[in-house]
Amino acid sequence: MKRVMIVGATSAIAAACARRWAAQGCEFFLVARNAEKLERIAHDLRVRGVGEVTLHTMDATDLKAHPTMLKRCIDTMQRIDVALVAYGTLPDQYACERDVSTAVQEFNNNGVSVIALLSLLANRFEAQAHGTLAVISSVAGDRGRPSNYLYGAAKAAVSAFCEGLRGRLFRVGAHVITIKPGFVDSPMTAGLKLPRLLVATPDQVARRIVSAIERRVCTQYTPGYWALIILIIKSIPQPIFKRLKL
Amino acid sequence: MSRALHSWGCYPYAPQTGHVCHWQSDVAAHAGNIVRLRGSTLPYGNGRSYGDSCLAFTSQVLHMRGLDRFIQADWVNGLVCVEAGITLAEIFAITLPRGWFLPVTPGTQFVTCGGAIANDVHGKNHHRRGTFGAHVLRFGLMRHGVETVICSRDEHPDLFAATIGGLGLTGVIVWAEIRLIPVRSSQIERTVMRFGELAEFFALSAERDAHHEYSVAWIDCLAKGRRRGRGVFIVGDHAQEGELTAAVPSRWYMPATPPFSMVNELSLRVFNEGYWRAHPARRTRDRIGMQPFFYPLDRILHWNRIYGRRGFQQYQCVIPEGAAKDALGELLRVIADSGQGSFLSVLKRCGEIVSPGLLSFPLPGVSLALDFPHNARLELELFPRLDAIVRAGGGRLYPAKDAHMSGKDFRCSYPRWEQLEALRDPALMSRFWKRVTAV
Ligand SMILES: Cc1cc2nc3c(=O)[nH]c(=O)nc-3n(C[C@H](O)[C@H](O)[C@H](O)COP(=O)(O)OP(=O)(O)OC[C@H]3O[C@@H](n4cnc5c(N)ncnc54)[C@H](O)[C@@H]3O)c2cc1C
Repeated sequence: MKRVMIVGATSAIAAACARRWAAQGCEFFLVARNAEKLERIAHDLRVRGVGEVTLHTMDATDLKAHPTMLKRCIDTMQRIDVALVAYGTLPDQYACERDVSTAVQEFNNNGVSVIALLSLLANRFEAQAHGTLAVISSVAGDRGRPSNYLYGAAKAAVSAFCEGLRGRLFRVGAHVITIKPGFVDSPMTAGLKLPRLLVATPDQVARRIVSAIERRVCTQYTPGYWALIILIIKSIPQPIFKRLKL
Repeated sequence: MSRALHSWGCYPYAPQTGHVCHWQSDVAAHAGNIVRLRGSTLPYGNGRSYGDSCLAFTSQVLHMRGLDRFIQADWVNGLVCVEAGITLAEIFAITLPRGWFLPVTPGTQFVTCGGAIANDVHGKNHHRRGTFGAHVLRFGLMRHGVETVICSRDEHPDLFAATIGGLGLTGVIVWAEIRLIPVRSSQIERTVMRFGELAEFFALSAERDAHHEYSVAWIDCLAKGRRRGRGVFIVGDHAQEGELTAAVPSRWYMPATPPFSMVNELSLRVFNEGYWRAHPARRTRDRIGMQPFFYPLDRILHWNRIYGRRGFQQYQCVIPEGAAKDALGELLRVIADSGQGSFLSVLKRCGEIVSPGLLSFPLPGVSLALDFPHNARLELELFPRLDAIVRAGGGRLYPAKDAHMSGKDFRCSYPRWEQLEALRDPALMSRFWKRVTAV
């Protein structure tokens, strides 16, 4: 039975992944900020037939809370077969431009705190010499666009960090997957105007993530066609790119 | 992401802005905002109602689909407690492998639990199990500005009765507890028999219904003269043994809405004739998966798009027992003469079991349902003639499928509407309710 830790378990993508793992009868350690929402997710998973579910409330931006969380996770599950890091916020780019402290806070949410958590998890994975660490980054990290470069920059930091970490953990037999979703129809994007054809459901994204973890791929775009879109976007020369309204 | 929501018939055309609720706490927050800015809102499930009963008067709806979690299950007694936005398909995907199925299911699995309660939907086994509402034990109802109240036959029984079939007007259902039925297989033992005229349908139904869990008939609504009322009678029961899965058959989907309707007199005639001929003249028995048995249309996602941008309307009425034979004959004659009508028209016998709901649609009698591509003539010529026949027969139309019935007809055929109005949450108002209660 797979033992799965999810940080940011109340996010739509994470919850959809958990449902897929629940069908396989996994054991869970779920972490999120909101205790009530966490309860609701746990009830749902229990009906779907999971074995054990342990809940832990933590604000991931509180770096001091990370070690306690990890310790409790190991105490209850002994080992981690899959850790999914799925939390994040979608900053208002304009607000970040107006107010430096908002910018820093958003960068902390999506970048610094993730790197801190991954650093801690990396040591654990290195010690157990086993398991997969899956991290939700974003296509937005592949190139900085005027409309959301603060978010993009934080995700770029996470993606680069994961790439390095992958090499480090490879030596001991543990694995790191960087997941790069495109537009997803979730509470995070509620109210945004997105190109309808390019919007995936959390469940479509989750299916990709769960299978990518099984297949131990390194970087997974989801839906898969984003790999092509990003290839094209990356090949646009800077003098043209800076003129595009993206 | 925001995208406009519609009703299933896309008529009336009134795009709705959906305020997506993912958590129970979102419901009160969104409702509060909308009501402050616009005055009223309406819960919206999965938009499987055909007409305007799922459209908010302000076009600002609470989109409930995000509340799709299980809360609790009792696999010994067959009870599940679910959030209101979960679909019936999502429910039985989990319960069926454990040997439990829904006691009542409509012709599509894509309706939400909240929508099924609010329209008190019925299925092919109405003669045995009554409506969906008859199997709801309790639910949590959120009314504007109040804590969620628990409603059951004992707690707030008035709100319980008003909310079942209450068209989303008494409050927002956030969760519900429903009773399931045990099954040994997800397959259905089916018997199919063709009939040549309406009288034969009545004979078959009188003879067979009592012996089977499910019973329904398809009818060729374009057949005239001696063939009028010909169709295919289908009964089914859960198989006694076999696999227990909710395996999804492969699906096609209609990728876009063509500018005009692909449904016209020619395509209808060809289809109806072909469908009738496709069934053997002799009585046949076979075994069929539950999905094709209950939800043949769900194989084609977005099939409503074949009707083009102008959309379509369904006409579903129920005629009480005594008057049914004559009235249905009359309805079919008028429809066949008009040359308009649907691919598949459905006849179904409704039974005696009384729903707890105030405005529940079924009556002991026979229900007829068929689709018409929308055009201006429908409401000027055909529907008034059909309405007159239904009225004379003491029957009524189904609000879940309606976009045209007159306020007068509604108020006469649903005399308890005033009780519902008295319990209506003032923060909720649909286009349907505004239409039929305007004097
Ligand atoms: C192919 C097809 C076949 C069908 N066959 C049948 C059939 O055999 N028998 C039958 O009875 N019906 C049938 N229907 C109609 C369908 O079952 C009903 O319209 C059903 O209520 C739709 O549910 P929904 O979740 O899509 O809700 P919607 O259509 O979105 O809303 C329906 C009503 O429920 C209310 N509502 C939704 N969610 C909530 C909530 N959480 N709290 C309170 N109110 C809420 C809405 O305000 C609205 O009044 C069929 C429809 C289709 C498309």
